[in-house]
Amino acid sequence: MAELNKLGLAEARDALRKGDVTSVELTEACLTEIEGAGALNAFVHNTPEIARDQAKAADARIKAGDAPDMCGLPIGIKDLFCTKGVPSQAGSRILEGFLPEYESTVSGNLLDAGAVMLGKLNMDEFAMGSSNETSVYGNAVNPWRRGNDEAALTPGGSSGGSASAVAADLCLAATGTDTGGSIRQPAAFTGITGIKPTYGRCSRWGVVAFASSLDQAGPMTKSVRDAAIMLEAMCSHDPKDSTSADLPVPNFEAMLTGDIKGKKIGIPAEYRMDGMPEEIETLWAQGREMLADAGAEIVDISLPHTKYALPAYYVIAPAEASSNLARYDGVRYGHRAKLDQGDGITEMYEKTRAEGFGDEVKRRVMIGTYVLSAGFYDAYYNRARKVRTLIKKDFEDVFAQGIDAILTPATPSAAFGLGEASDDPVQMYLNDVFTVTVNMAGLPGIAVPAGTDANGLPLGLQLIGRPWEEGDLLNTAYALEARVGFVAKPGKWW
Amino acid sequence: MSIDQSTAARVAKLARIKVEEDQLPALASEFNTILGFIEQLSEVDVEGVEPMTSVTPQRLKRRVDEVTDGGQQDKVLANAPDAREGFFAVPKVVE
Repeated sequence: MAELNKLGLAEARDALRKGDVTSVELTEACLTEIEGAGALNAFVHNTPEIARDQAKAADARIKAGDAPDMCGLPIGIKDLFCTKGVPSQAGSRILEGFLPEYESTVSGNLLDAGAVMLGKLNMDEFAMGSSNETSVYGNAVNPWRRGNDEAALTPGGSSGGSASAVAADLCLAATGTDTGGSIRQPAAFTGITGIKPTYGRCSRWGVVAFASSLDQAGPMTKSVRDAAIMLEAMCSHDPKDSTSADLPVPNFEAMLTGDIKGKKIGIPAEYRMDGMPEEIETLWAQGREMLADAGAEIVDISLPHTKYALPAYYVIAPAEASSNLARYDGVRYGHRAKLDQGDGITEMYEKTRAEGFGDEVKRRVMIGTYVLSAGFYDAYYNRARKVRTLIKKDFEDVFAQGIDAILTPATPSAAFGLGEASDDPVQMYLNDVFTVTVNMAGLPGIAVPAGTDANGLPLGLQLIGRPWEEGDLLNTAYALEARVGFVAKPGKWW
Repeated sequence: MSIDQSTAARVAKLARIKVEEDQLPALASEFNTILGFIEQLSEVDVEGVEPMTSVTPQRLKRRVDEVTDGGQQDKVLANAPDAREGFFAVPKVVE
């Protein structure tokens, strides 16, 4: 079998079970590919020895007939997940040298299922960013380019390293996390599939916290089937996360029938933004036609508070971040600043945090501190939480009307150039305009590659599902994927 | 609502992040850009709306109040920048 690294999870699983290939072979193919892909800066901590050991163990399990779906499949893990004994920095200087003594529940679930960890993946610092430009490791680079133009493009963020690695076939799949769009936007920018499940599906235990009421982990994969396989392996009820759902995890893959006859797909009027590029409009219209062609009923709907989701997010997420990131105090783990004569504990905190956090993280921690401070709490934080209630109600209302899923564009543009949008924070925030509503309402959302723009760059569509109905959502995405027939891959330049 | 330099300095202090004096004007201006964006929320009629406390309507689980973990002092201290005699060490706090 040639180019094993290019396989998806389902194909590789089937080949392993047939005995056509071994996990060691798959793993070696990926390790070789990673070695040659330094220019993408996707993998930031490589763990080849761990991977080889895990691959051997997986081959033994497969031989013994004890092989869950993920057994023997080499994947990358976003740096936000704590992995035992392996650097887990959340893309930040403040966690330099931190070696967790424990494994996050999600990565632990994957490893227990026999998955092989190739290494840790680049990301925006503390998952705060939409371009992977806030990382202490430097920019991750998109394997896609605009035609023959050599300008480096962003893979999106915050799961930029995950997106770049999967799109460039450095691994079969990767974990991501999504607080405002951090799985779906990079997936759309790199022509891959990414799903954020319902809030509570994946345990947050051991995932470095950004905004706890919004954070969810999810898979980033080469197909909808792969997303179904990997999501099932990631999900579990976890007593160590009080918001983890005590619900059975279905066999998502078994729900991929492709039959969506009679399903009602909502098209929200408010997602038609002023100044939206024509090609995004066209892509969205084509998506509607494809789903109608598959037998779904297309229904115009209204989600009236859409416009306020992003500003409400930029109160709630920084507020939660300012609280979560208070733990980085230079006492228990990570970086501590060198102190001058006479410096006390306050100077230690202030210098440690000034040195350890990058500009965007500082900005958000301080905005969060401001909106939670005495006198502004009601005007900003409480108001944003009330608006969040209204945003969720918008979705509840359309689901009560019988809508099964909602189709929207995934991003307002294709991947942009590194450095092109980093001057104005608010401009950068607008990247998440179509994805952030889903986090605010705790719903599952999936980005599926749906076409290319005039420069040949991938564009994605997003489907939003009912809470806890990831299986149905994946099936709708599967029907869309089959009709899109997206097969383009980036030409190898790295 | 506009943030001046002294407010920016106060917020930095509350957040325990050292910001040099000469960087305060730029910081205040960034705050104003972001808060200007957030200001849109004042258009929304939120009369009688409950602030969201939990995005999923699940009741938090309860468990028996008993010790389930512990006895891992070495692991707890393993990543400390300065640990001595089984404790985290910090600069002098009390004179």
